[in-house]
Amino acid sequence: MTTWKKEEFDNFETTDVLEKSSELGINQEKLIDMYRTMVKIRIFEEMADKQYALGKVHGTMHLSAGQEAVAVGAGFAINKGDYLLNHHRGHGHFIASGADVNKMMAEFLGKDTGYCHGRGGSMHIADVTANNLGANGIVGGGLQLAVGVGLAVQMKKTDQIVLTIFGDGAANEGIFHESLNMAAIWNLPILYLCENNQYGMSANVVRVSAKTPFKDRAAAYGIPGYYIDGNDVLAVYEFIRKAADNARSGKGPVFVEAQTYRYFGHSKSDRNLYRTKEEIDYWKSVEDPIIRFEKLLLNANLIDIQSINMIKEEMSKVIDESVTFAENSPEPDVKDVTEWVYA
Amino acid sequence: MPEITYREAIHDAMVEEMRRDENVFLIGEDIGTYGGAFGVSAGMLAEFGPERIRETPISELAIVGAAAGAAMVGMKPIAELMFMDFILLALEPLMNQAAKARYMFGGKATVPMVVRMPGGSGTGAAAQHSQSLESILMHIPGIKVVAPSTAYDAKGLLLSAIRDPNPICFVEHKLLYKVKGEVPVGEYTIPLGVADIKHPGDDITVVTSGIMVQKSLAVAQKLNQEGISVEVLDLRTLRPMDSQAIINSVKKTGRLLVVHEAVQTGGWAGEVMAVVSSSEAFDYLDAPMRRLAGKDVPIPYNRFLEAAAVPQEADIEAEIRAIVSNKY
Ligand SMILES: Cc1ncc(C[n+]2csc(CCOP(=O)(O)OP(=O)(O)O)c2C)c(N)n1
Ligand SMILES: [Mg+2]
Repeated sequence: MTTWKKEEFDNFETTDVLEKSSELGINQEKLIDMYRTMVKIRIFEEMADKQYALGKVHGTMHLSAGQEAVAVGAGFAINKGDYLLNHHRGHGHFIASGADVNKMMAEFLGKDTGYCHGRGGSMHIADVTANNLGANGIVGGGLQLAVGVGLAVQMKKTDQIVLTIFGDGAANEGIFHESLNMAAIWNLPILYLCENNQYGMSANVVRVSAKTPFKDRAAAYGIPGYYIDGNDVLAVYEFIRKAADNARSGKGPVFVEAQTYRYFGHSKSDRNLYRTKEEIDYWKSVEDPIIRFEKLLLNANLIDIQSINMIKEEMSKVIDESVTFAENSPEPDVKDVTEWVYA
Repeated sequence: MPEITYREAIHDAMVEEMRRDENVFLIGEDIGTYGGAFGVSAGMLAEFGPERIRETPISELAIVGAAAGAAMVGMKPIAELMFMDFILLALEPLMNQAAKARYMFGGKATVPMVVRMPGGSGTGAAAQHSQSLESILMHIPGIKVVAPSTAYDAKGLLLSAIRDPNPICFVEHKLLYKVKGEVPVGEYTIPLGVADIKHPGDDITVVTSGIMVQKSLAVAQKLNQEGISVEVLDLRTLRPMDSQAIINSVKKTGRLLVVHEAVQTGGWAGEVMAVVSSSEAFDYLDAPMRRLAGKDVPIPYNRFLEAAAVPQEADIEAEIRAIVSNKY
């Protein structure tokens, strides 16, 4: 049941990983690292869900299981020092950009050792010192900030780019227009990555969007746009890499829409009334980005079952440790509640 | 000291700081060739070029959002809104992004930005171009709200605002742009959060800001001749509010009138009264505290209606007379 692939992807499905990776200049070590990171994200998200079920999480969360290829393809394709502005479903993007899962889990559990000293939670994880300017609780929030970050980069004449990741839902916010228009008229080094998981909460993207794919909207601003298979990690890598090169070389913004699918409900509570079990099962089995990548690597003899199992065990341990770290961390001191309101 | 207008004072503060600090830039609608809706940025495009006098499409949300983004990565943007009313299109980046980034991110971000906005009534611009929305802005922790009443204060406060590491709403009153005042040549700053006694007095304290300072001063001078001694305390910065200055003044005079143009309900006069009622100054009160604020209506177009919607000198005078003669 694939009613969602309404339009043709701009990429071809990666079939020959050896050819593709040599074309992209990715060595085996990096391929394995990409795979490992996808597994890490999946296990982190499953653990987050478990922590929530155990009643240990005070707030909400938006899990990205099923969307790992977008996070990893993009995270690996940009440079250290590039700016990242992402959205509420941001765990994967952070992990892919090298974030410390201990600090992430601690933040998720509201601890003082978290990235934001427990002030932000799942939806506001940020590491400003690493140019990671934060997940955003406002749909489309990153789109406005990205314009300014792009301006700053342009004015300071550094060779950074700005990667802003947002959902299909954000594409229907007014700021989408304002942001793309400004980026286009000023030729800003912004890479718009629309992570189209086909739903904004319960709203199917086709139902609430007058015209898809969204790359047609990018065209309206003269911004090159691509609609790609977001569950193919190498395709994501390829397009984001090229888009990043484009933006970095002063040619202005690029728009990439990566189609993917979210497994868990929208947030902590979701009875999946807006989609069928068959649909979810189809994506989890046929389209799963980790299984697809695994198959490619196995077929090319770049990995074997034993190492796959080892990686999974290793990542489970890392995530278990993050929970231990978070659990053993102190709560923030209540007397500091008004700290950091002003600089 | 040379006399210049409030508009020129703001212009000079921006120009001088942009010469000193290359990270400062101005972003807004029609700020280039046109010089801004109220002419504040006239001539700046010629000196600084289109990159630093960044003229935008009509996109308030993105203007303030972009300012916040740039500020987070080391720039010091000054965003100009054509009218204060348009901040309502950009409350999202102001209140959800700029105001909260530092706190949400555990103290690791700074957002040094200024949003300049002409507010207030008196030009017949009616309901959607005449509002005084300071109280709304003041409600959000993380934001500072500054509202100068004189050319001298405007320049010194704007310099401090640009250099301050927090998001600042800088509220300019349209009717003040043409008002002249003595302003020294060159650099000076006025600290944020410090009120100023614009007219010392013993009988009653009038706590006010912006255009109402000018009106209150006219009344204070008039009543002085009759032996009614009015202390006009100009808050200058509404948030953080200089509570100590309010307390000190009320302890001296024993009476309080708060005057603001913003509508009464939910207005910041209530904050001033709360400061007094929960401090030692309360025991010094000889009369009930009073407030005189804009009526709870959208600003009307008709000039008489417009004038009736906000406090005028005669209203302030009558209210002061009533309080000092123990009418309440
Ligand atoms: C301005 C705004 N409106 C509504 C919401 C509530 N909300 C949070 S996430 C979401 C759906 C967003 O969908 P999408 O952009 O596709 O991202 P996804 O959740 O699918 O990753 C909504 C409606 C919000 N946080 N901000
Ligand atoms: Mg979505």
